[in-house]
Amino acid sequence: MEQKNDVVKVESNPPTGIQVVIREFRKDKLALFSFIGITLLIVVILIMSAFMNQDEILRIKLLERFTEPGVNGYILGADEAGRDMYGQLIIGAKNSILIAIAITLIANALGIALGIIMGYYGGFIDNLFMRIIDFLMTLPTLMIIIVLVTIIPKYGVLELILILSAFQWISTARLVRSKALSEGRRDYVNASKTMGTSDFAIMFKGILPNLSSLLIVELTLNFAGNVGIETGLSFLGFGLPPSTPSLGTLVSYATNPIVLSTKWWIWLPASLLILILMLGINYVGQALRRAADAKQRLG
Amino acid sequence: MWKTIVRRVILMIPQMFVLSLIIFVLAKQMPGDPFTGLITPETDPARIEELRIQAGYYDPWYIQYYHWVINAFQGDFGQSYTYKLAVSTLIGERALNTFWLALLSTILVYLIAIPLGMIAGRKQDTLYDKSITLYSFISYAIPTFVLGLIFLYIFGYRLMWFPTSGTVDVGVEPGTLEYYWNRLYHLILPAMTYAILATTTIIQYLRSEIIDAKTQDYVKTARSKGVPMKIIYRRHIFRNSLLPIAAFLGFTITGLLGGSIFIETIFGFPGMGQLFIHSVTSRDYSVITALVMLYGFLALLGSLLSDIIMSIVDPRIRID
Repeated sequence: MEQKNDVVKVESNPPTGIQVVIREFRKDKLALFSFIGITLLIVVILIMSAFMNQDEILRIKLLERFTEPGVNGYILGADEAGRDMYGQLIIGAKNSILIAIAITLIANALGIALGIIMGYYGGFIDNLFMRIIDFLMTLPTLMIIIVLVTIIPKYGVLELILILSAFQWISTARLVRSKALSEGRRDYVNASKTMGTSDFAIMFKGILPNLSSLLIVELTLNFAGNVGIETGLSFLGFGLPPSTPSLGTLVSYATNPIVLSTKWWIWLPASLLILILMLGINYVGQALRRAADAKQRLG
Repeated sequence: MWKTIVRRVILMIPQMFVLSLIIFVLAKQMPGDPFTGLITPETDPARIEELRIQAGYYDPWYIQYYHWVINAFQGDFGQSYTYKLAVSTLIGERALNTFWLALLSTILVYLIAIPLGMIAGRKQDTLYDKSITLYSFISYAIPTFVLGLIFLYIFGYRLMWFPTSGTVDVGVEPGTLEYYWNRLYHLILPAMTYAILATTTIIQYLRSEIIDAKTQDYVKTARSKGVPMKIIYRRHIFRNSLLPIAAFLGFTITGLLGGSIFIETIFGFPGMGQLFIHSVTSRDYSVITALVMLYGFLALLGSLLSDIIMSIVDPRIRID
């Protein structure tokens, strides 16, 4: 929209959506660097793991026990069963990243749908789900997840993803609900209603796109959080099954004091990789949050 | 204000009820029963069967649940079969260790966070502020177990400044000053790890409170009266921003409980978190149910504490 003034031509064309994000990332070089770095890192890990032979890497070779890095072609040495740490690191990283992505997608789809429904309809549905959410928020989640993991008889990757998703939708639903509540009172929603648009279309074609910037932030930060939770559970021994190494499984070898104090190549690379992933993804998430919130923008 | 508190306490009852029901049903799904641990090659299967009937193992679940709740109210959570101890005695010992760890952690959290938050807010956009923001970002993003391991490796094994596990060295006479010092010495590294992870929220809150306060009318009035900025910060702004910080106490405690599982596992610290992991691994389900209930109760208590402090500090949120 352009307004003509007598002398000056005033542009009132506020940048929207993706433009704001691009502008924000141009201003914040570190965020741009993190974004490119993390994306490249994930892509490289996924491509490299596709060319690796997991059975070969996980085969036990006792003669090569605790091989030091750089010896016998082991780039990062070997663990106490003679398994190549470099190969395990890449495969573990791939598993951790893919699982975190799966949890993020499932939990957020559920959280967003419920949040919008609660915020849009309000009233009884909203009250009911808010009571449930308030209750779930006070639960000792980590302990209950651990108990669930030990109970389920046929426990595998899919089960882990579903268990974690069952607890991760809660905060998203709360956030989306509060935004949808205020968005649902806007004029455009009322206009749609009077025109006879179905509730479903208003919620998911009208309100949802208006929350998109917020949701991108939420997805990014949740992704980081889920990497942390999965690796944490695997570290404690209640995450991925032993046949599927995760970054957390590799770090958990360090609970053996000998490994921790003298065999740094077994646990340190995985710890650093987790650290880099967490710092990078969180930094991108915070830059996105600044972009989504007009008050905090850099430019 | 009392109305608010009573209302919140009453609300806790159904929450505890639902939690206990969930935990009870989950525990029933666990393989094995409290007598599995008693079975030796010489045990007569008929005797075990008898014990099971006596203990009501074949009763319908709601009757078992009823007995469990009645016993729990009397402080009897059953018997741990791996430790051959009453669950309440077992948890009591561990709870004390976790309590000292939590206390020291909480003190450290406030000791680190308050000065850093104040400096960041006062010297907004300077190098100090930027370094503190960077610190709080890193401590927010780093997972508990990664920081714990790195600290244990550097300060425990490389520099050998701190002991690497346990609560006290063997051979130190209990009750002496040396004994208490030794115990504190064992607490420092785990408590420090937790404290660093928990400072983020408080630092960021305090920083933005102070930055906001700078433009408030009461600060402008004080300045126009000629009060030096130093005193305004110390007497006016600090007091106003500090009260809400006190309300974070409850959340700090709640967060500590989740973190204690990781921290106690890493630092070999015999507290409730470590006991929980051991019990899950050995399927000692009377201990597991009691611990989950206790953690759930403490988490509720933590949020209650925060709400109470908030309603004392900020009268607007009280319910009449």
